[in-house]
Amino acid sequence: MTPHVLTRSLDRSATIFLVVVAGLGVLIPLSNLLLPAGSALQVPTYLVALFGKYACYAILALSIDLIWGYCGILSLGHGAFFALGGYAMGMYLMRQIGSRGVYGNPILPDFMVFLNYPALPWYWHGFDMFWFAALMVILVPGLLAFCFGWLAFRSRVTGVYLSIITQAMTYALLLAFFRNDFGFGGNNGLTDFKDILGFNVQADGTRAALFALSCLALIVTFLICRAVVTSKLGKVLIAIRDAESRTRFLGYRVESYKLFVFTLSACMAGVAGALYVPQVGIINPSEFAPGNSIEAVIWVAVGGRGTLVGAALGAVVVNYAKTYFTSGPLAPYWLFMLGALFILVTLLLPKGIVGTFNAWRESRKATEKANAESAALEDGVGEPKPAE
Amino acid sequence: MSVMEGRTTSALLYLDGVHVSFDGFHAINNLSLTLEPGEMRAIIGPNGAGKTTMMDIITGKTKPDEGTVLFDGMTDLTRLDETHIAELGIGRKFQKPTVFESQTIEDNLLLALNVDHSVRGTLFWRGSRDESERIDRVLETIRLTDARNRLAGSLSHGQKQWLEIGMLLAQDPKLLLVDEPVAGMTDVETHQTAELLKEINKEKTVMVVEHDMTFVRELGVKVTCLHEGTVLAEGTIDQVSSNERVIEVYLGR
Repeated sequence: MTPHVLTRSLDRSATIFLVVVAGLGVLIPLSNLLLPAGSALQVPTYLVALFGKYACYAILALSIDLIWGYCGILSLGHGAFFALGGYAMGMYLMRQIGSRGVYGNPILPDFMVFLNYPALPWYWHGFDMFWFAALMVILVPGLLAFCFGWLAFRSRVTGVYLSIITQAMTYALLLAFFRNDFGFGGNNGLTDFKDILGFNVQADGTRAALFALSCLALIVTFLICRAVVTSKLGKVLIAIRDAESRTRFLGYRVESYKLFVFTLSACMAGVAGALYVPQVGIINPSEFAPGNSIEAVIWVAVGGRGTLVGAALGAVVVNYAKTYFTSGPLAPYWLFMLGALFILVTLLLPKGIVGTFNAWRESRKATEKANAESAALEDGVGEPKPAE
Repeated sequence: MSVMEGRTTSALLYLDGVHVSFDGFHAINNLSLTLEPGEMRAIIGPNGAGKTTMMDIITGKTKPDEGTVLFDGMTDLTRLDETHIAELGIGRKFQKPTVFESQTIEDNLLLALNVDHSVRGTLFWRGSRDESERIDRVLETIRLTDARNRLAGSLSHGQKQWLEIGMLLAQDPKLLLVDEPVAGMTDVETHQTAELLKEINKEKTVMVVEHDMTFVRELGVKVTCLHEGTVLAEGTIDQVSSNERVIEVYLGR
């Protein structure tokens, strides 16, 4: 009996997760668009954009959980893939501005006119077409991850050393993108977007649609991750995580597995970044900051690594806390709180929220089973009596 | 090329003049040893004699500085990596039992089966009747059928040793390298393990490293004693254990 790839991957928490995300993905846009402004149930547009941002973060968290939670690859540079996907989308959005920019140049984005670019750099060609940009959103992070992973995994760079070089990678990209002559708008990045596929990016309808699309992307990413981790390949990944050299001696080419999952994960992070940019309206080099990547790892740790649902939940919970605290008087202390959160989770909840919950449920199930068995045993002993 | 033009030896495993040193320490020193197909060989020797290093060389974990290591008379193992050597049909049980603790016993065996090990093969893997029958057979052999859905981490030390031997069986190699299979086992378990290895030896070539002389005696096979990375004595257990040098460096008086 071979269960189907999708049904096999759906346990209860996964089903709840999918229903909640799909429900929010439909209800929030409807409430925003159909209910009158000011009504108690109407979700204001700024919240739609905020939730859309959370959905993108949740996708990033899933991509990190896939490699860290299941294969033990701790990437502290995943923000780089997110930002690259974001830049690819940003380039498309810049090309859509056309002659509506401050300088009115039909081809060159404003910053290029300002920096006296004679013509569009070669790597900006093609980004006026959405399909090309969409392809690059997946291809560029994927290609970088493939090259990086090929070198790192073949040389058997693992553990903390790998984490450090991923940090170095995102930092190097940060410095490169800061440069004006790198061709991506220097420290200002890409902004002042006008429209996407002909729709105004500021319009309520576009924002609602982007939110719904982000939820859809979150669902698709989740299903892909589930399919991967519940396949036999998922078992191999866990084997690599727990005993890498043992896996090698069984005849598995460990570096190929790592490369596959790392590249897949980078593509997912790229998609997250691409959906993020039109919703926040800007992409700049600060997205490459090493701190961002570390923060994303904390989301996964808080939610529970190796659980997928937990990673997405952690991203939303921590970011909600961030939104809440950084908009109040506690704003200057947010980073301390984040650090404290990480330490507390590591010490007190090493399995994260969902991991701890699962362990609790398992142990309760085991107790129930034991109780039922002992009860059955007592029944068995008690049975002969009435017959006497 | 790792495959020779023609067969140069009838031995399944052929080591000749192998040297390895780590930072000036000669772990393996002009080691020569041959294992005929179908043979079972016990390797004994004091700590630091190079027993585990020898297994590392055969399985590709350590590259020798010089010397020849041939498998099946044709394949030069010194040029291949662990994955490739495992695929050729050399399985290994580690000194410290190494199983995948967070996965079930059944999954441990499933992972060990010598089926398609490529990324694509495992991603689109669908179980087959043949595979589950093989797993059932191994479970029976290692007496863990009832525990098949338990996590490997919950097994006792002796059971983990058996699971690892079971993983070797599922791997279905031509040559099994078994490093200290009875460490930490009770007398009964030790006896059962000896029986199991003898059973396995009916079809496969086996090399066992072990300190437990009772166990080695029970196996009743040719014994090689290593000392300081080279062969000190070779022969039946009685010949080896009465050898003056072996008594001096290993067995004690």
